[in-house]
Amino acid sequence: MAVAQPTVGAAPRKRPSRWQTMWKSISIVFESRVATIGMAMVLFWVLLAFISLFWTPYPPNATDFVQNLPPNATNWLGTDHLGRDLLSRLMQGTQVILLKTRLPFANISFPIGVAIWGVIGSVIVGAILGLNAGYRGGWWDQITMQILDALIAFPVIVLYLVVIAALGQGDLVVILAITITGAPGVARLVRSLALDIKTRDYIRAAETRGENVWYIMFVEILPNARGPLLVDSMLRVGYAIFAIGTLGFLGIGLPPPDPDWGNMVNEARKSIFANQTAVIWPSVAIASLVIGLNLFADGLREELTRYQK
Amino acid sequence: MAETRSPDNKSPVLKLDNVAVAYKVRGGEIEAVQNVSFEIARGEAHAIVGESGCGKSTVAWAILNFLGANGYVKRGSIKFLGQELVGKSGEELRRLRGDQIGMVYQDPMQALNPSMRIGEQMKEVLTVHRGMSDDEAADRCIQMLERVYMPDAANVMKRFPHQISGGQQQRVVIGMALLNNPALLVMDEPTTALDVTVEAAVLDLIAELRRDFDTAIMYITHNLGVVARVSTRVGVMYAGEMVERGAVEDIFDSPQHPYTQGLIRCVPKLGADKASSLLYPIRGRVPPPNNRPSGCVFSPRCDYVEDRCRDERPQLREMPNRTWVRCHFAEDIDPAKWTPAEDITVPEIADGDGKKDIILQLDGLRKYYEVQGSSLKDVFGMGEPRYVKAVEGASFNVPRGSTLGIVGESGCGKSTLIKTIIGLESSTEGKAEFMGFDITTNLDDRNEKLIQELQMVFQNPDSTMNPSYTVFQQIARPMRRFSTVPREQVRSEVLKLLEAVRLGENYLERLPRQLSGGEKQRVGIARAFASRPDLVLADEPVSALDVSVQAAVLNLLLDVQREYGTTMLFIAHDLSVVRFFSDYVAVMYLGQIMEIGPAEAIYAPPYHPYTEALLSAVPIPDPNVKQKHIRLEGAVPSAISPPEGCRFNTRCPRRELLPDPDICLTTPPWRETDDGHRIFCHHTLETLSSFEPVIETQSKKESQYAS
Repeated sequence: MAVAQPTVGAAPRKRPSRWQTMWKSISIVFESRVATIGMAMVLFWVLLAFISLFWTPYPPNATDFVQNLPPNATNWLGTDHLGRDLLSRLMQGTQVILLKTRLPFANISFPIGVAIWGVIGSVIVGAILGLNAGYRGGWWDQITMQILDALIAFPVIVLYLVVIAALGQGDLVVILAITITGAPGVARLVRSLALDIKTRDYIRAAETRGENVWYIMFVEILPNARGPLLVDSMLRVGYAIFAIGTLGFLGIGLPPPDPDWGNMVNEARKSIFANQTAVIWPSVAIASLVIGLNLFADGLREELTRYQK
Repeated sequence: MAETRSPDNKSPVLKLDNVAVAYKVRGGEIEAVQNVSFEIARGEAHAIVGESGCGKSTVAWAILNFLGANGYVKRGSIKFLGQELVGKSGEELRRLRGDQIGMVYQDPMQALNPSMRIGEQMKEVLTVHRGMSDDEAADRCIQMLERVYMPDAANVMKRFPHQISGGQQQRVVIGMALLNNPALLVMDEPTTALDVTVEAAVLDLIAELRRDFDTAIMYITHNLGVVARVSTRVGVMYAGEMVERGAVEDIFDSPQHPYTQGLIRCVPKLGADKASSLLYPIRGRVPPPNNRPSGCVFSPRCDYVEDRCRDERPQLREMPNRTWVRCHFAEDIDPAKWTPAEDITVPEIADGDGKKDIILQLDGLRKYYEVQGSSLKDVFGMGEPRYVKAVEGASFNVPRGSTLGIVGESGCGKSTLIKTIIGLESSTEGKAEFMGFDITTNLDDRNEKLIQELQMVFQNPDSTMNPSYTVFQQIARPMRRFSTVPREQVRSEVLKLLEAVRLGENYLERLPRQLSGGEKQRVGIARAFASRPDLVLADEPVSALDVSVQAAVLNLLLDVQREYGTTMLFIAHDLSVVRFFSDYVAVMYLGQIMEIGPAEAIYAPPYHPYTEALLSAVPIPDPNVKQKHIRLEGAVPSAISPPEGCRFNTRCPRRELLPDPDICLTTPPWRETDDGHRIFCHHTLETLSSFEPVIETQSKKESQYAS
């Protein structure tokens, strides 16, 4: 039998604890095989990132070994063209994407990685624009969406180059670049959700209460858009990782000293005749994390939109 | 168990025996329908009636094998013309369905393909299943369209579905279902989406076709009035089981099962009002399919429940009057001795205490919407502006503490009128005052105090509450916003309101998805009353609810209204509900108020001809009532260019009685009686009074359930 429904006049049931309700909402992931596999892939990298905070096999930037070694017993994944341990560098490379963002001045980092901050940025900007366009409609809608459509029409790489050329390299600049390229897409999604939600009676009720426009947009509409928005952001984290990889490959991504997957691919490419395997590891890392996020998001979307009783 | 008796040697067209249908869902299986047995003979219309979630549609889908990927027939047999349908392959069934079984669904717009011409869609039925040539098929289709009284049939064939009205679309669907002369016609709420006057005409058509085509009809509906009008036999379903089955007269005259009795008791009678009669809701609610009681499914809500009912599931058995009942104690239950259970409170009605200060005053209020034309001129803003005249010259006064009901068919402007009053739209012209304040502007220009005094109850229970917030948060919000109660008392005040709508403290932290439709509607009512408004506008507050819940919510609204002394405007399309609930009634047609006055006066002569037509169209849940037969012709004209003079003149059945029918092209005068009843018609009051009443009750048993 399915999950029991609360019924009227039923004997007073014990309210489920917070942990139980949380577990219930997480357990939805396991309903879908796709989402479970995706989550496992993502968790693998998150775990690796956490481990690398405290321990890597060797210091990632130490040039302790022979150059361009293939995988062997000491260096499981081999070494690069400067004789650095690839496994250590791969592990450390997860940090900037998922766990920390480095500030340009001093030597300080703050938590949560560049890819995720970039997505948070585009969701915030996109939500504000999309809500205004969708709920207010009329000229707001026309002007906002025309500008955003124009922005979408630019090739993304060109946009990245423009931002980085104007502001220089750095973690914050990459975040800004991801925000600018991601916001129009989020805005479109939020707008379409807002257009639908604003026709509901509870929005009429808020209006007949004389609520402020911002209250209606952020308190009445936005929370009901969270499902699709969550799934979309997860996909976007994948795209952001992709974008960081691309920028790194072009040599304009995250600055050293921390290793960057895209940059690792680029450097290994140069010595591909000496060591064929070195190019594979960072590529597989990028691909598996992005695919993991995609599978997770897809499975979750399917499960969330499925009929449930 | 199986019914062997067949009245005239005819073998049944359809025979269901102990059918159970189950759906696979996440983490298990739900048996949506259990132990359903019935049979339908040729020329018989068998109605299946019940509240939503009782499995009516599931039965129909099981017959047609439309259960979807996760549903299947778990037990029992479905025999159609002697063939077993359960276990048949998809292809065989597909052939059978197109050829021998016709279907009509609720929403004709969704049944017809919007990108195909009507002729193409209809012809396909014949060319595919009968192998007819195209021309031959076209001729048959035109004949069929004429048969279902489609005006200008040959032309309709060339049109797209959106180019004809809803009632006409449903005629096309019915015609299409009959093209192959099917042995069985399954109709799933075919008139629910239609307006009363259109519904009446479609029901007439169905009754006529049943006689002419000798088809077996399975008619699914939730509306007891419709049952009384179209069917010969009825099966009452409750929580996935058929609890009673019999001839339509027997079911209405002497219902045996407590559920059927309760169902009939909680529908307001047309002509009953809140002062003289009461509605008795059935307590509790339909149990969800995964949580049905182990004994009699109705036992938790039954007034006659005994221990045996909780332990042992009753079987369907035949009673002396040939109805079949699923109840252990059917013989012992005498509905005449029924008294309301103690935990059902029925509101006492305060008499009008003579206090007649006017709270809301409209004078010639108009609301026009500008429409954008599509010509090049319009694109550049140079075309002549055109308007949808949604509300035209509405004038009325509403005394404090009373209720004005507004009735009319869809598109008559009743919702626009309410939106204009509450300020979701600003009015175009005319005067509107609320307690002396001007309310012609929209919400942006109204001050806080005024906004607080006008609140609204909405129609759709699923969208009336924000799914992200708890009951407490939603009811508390208006209190905090308008600071009607000090901060620390909000919680106790919310509890008080919840109590008023009969919900307990354990509802405070629930989210909307944990509530049933009726409960959501109650929270919506509590929220509307939370800011202590003087005027509450209710837009079809009960039309989306099941009848047993509807009765409870109506009682509750009356109760809360009395407690807070609130004035109400009440919109509904159901004339009996409006009659029951309101002190004054306004009848609207095409943006114009046609008749307005005290509720009892509206439902007796003198009538406006439109009101007369409306009343004669309402399906009445009593086969003994005689109703005058008036059907309106044509469709409601466009509100962009409404007819000149009296807006009803194009369809008025009484127009020809006037010495000079052309007078209807001029604006009619308001005819006023002594008791404030006003009719917008060229006919004199004497003529209007000379019409016989639309509804005549011949029944002797009426008092049995009414008092």
